[in-house]
Amino acid sequence: MPVHRINWFKYAAPQNFFALAGRLIPWFSIAAAVLCVAGLYLGLWLAPTDAQQGDAYRIIFVHVPAAWMSMVVYLAMAFWAAIGLIFNSRLSYMLASAVAPTGAWMTFLALWTGALWGKPTWGTYWVWDARLTSELVLLFLYFGFMALHAAIDDLRRADRSAALLAIVGVVNVPIIYFSVQWWNTLHQGASVSLTKAPSMAPPMLIGMLVMAIAFWMYCIAVSLARARTIILERERHARWTQRTLGAA
Amino acid sequence: MMWANGSQFFAMGGYGLYVWGSIGMCVLAVATELGALVLRRRACRQQPPEFDGESTQ
Repeated sequence: MPVHRINWFKYAAPQNFFALAGRLIPWFSIAAAVLCVAGLYLGLWLAPTDAQQGDAYRIIFVHVPAAWMSMVVYLAMAFWAAIGLIFNSRLSYMLASAVAPTGAWMTFLALWTGALWGKPTWGTYWVWDARLTSELVLLFLYFGFMALHAAIDDLRRADRSAALLAIVGVVNVPIIYFSVQWWNTLHQGASVSLTKAPSMAPPMLIGMLVMAIAFWMYCIAVSLARARTIILERERHARWTQRTLGAA
Repeated sequence: MMWANGSQFFAMGGYGLYVWGSIGMCVLAVATELGALVLRRRACRQQPPEFDGESTQ
């Protein structure tokens, strides 16, 4: 029986990736929208009020997914940066640049929604505990990546320098994740983990997981869309981009 | 269903400002991100073409 293999290296060519991303974006966008509506319906409308936190706990339906994505997107950025440095492939650098603003938005949202949850629950918008501080450092790492990339005119040097920053900064991700175990933080420990049963009621848990998948889908869709724009910006000397730009 | 009526839903048990302030900022962030992306794509399209090869005409 013949085995059909997808030649993934084909999509390392910006032109092929551009077309592939264009076909994928609608599916990720639709999934994001549908899951977001379903997740908010579950979380805000169906899930019961929390016995300890009252309805303030409903902030977690956006806070936890944003916080997860802030770390996942950083790992993706560092991964593509490393692939770029190792294989010197243009598209990898473009993908690293494409996910950075989305990661920064997710980090900002995690901090913002966390502050609004902290005020009624802890009595303060902000404390300098390990979890909150390391998440703030993550935001500055995203800003640093984007600022460094924008500050260097020579694109190849900008790619390599920013990639190095992204890779060095990846050490912060496990610090964020394990901060609630390593230090005595005001921030609570994980409510959901792979190793033990979740400490949440089922409708709350399902609502949060649906929202988490919705955030995943959104981040993928918007990153692919930004990657397409970056390809058009950087490959404008190529004839196929001129045709694409001229056609629309 | 959790809520007896719409105003209860918006009050969020007294935490309305915090809950809707969180959801609202997420909506605003998504709108800003997508808007910025549309502007970036438009700026890219409006730049004059820049050939390094022969003319395509």
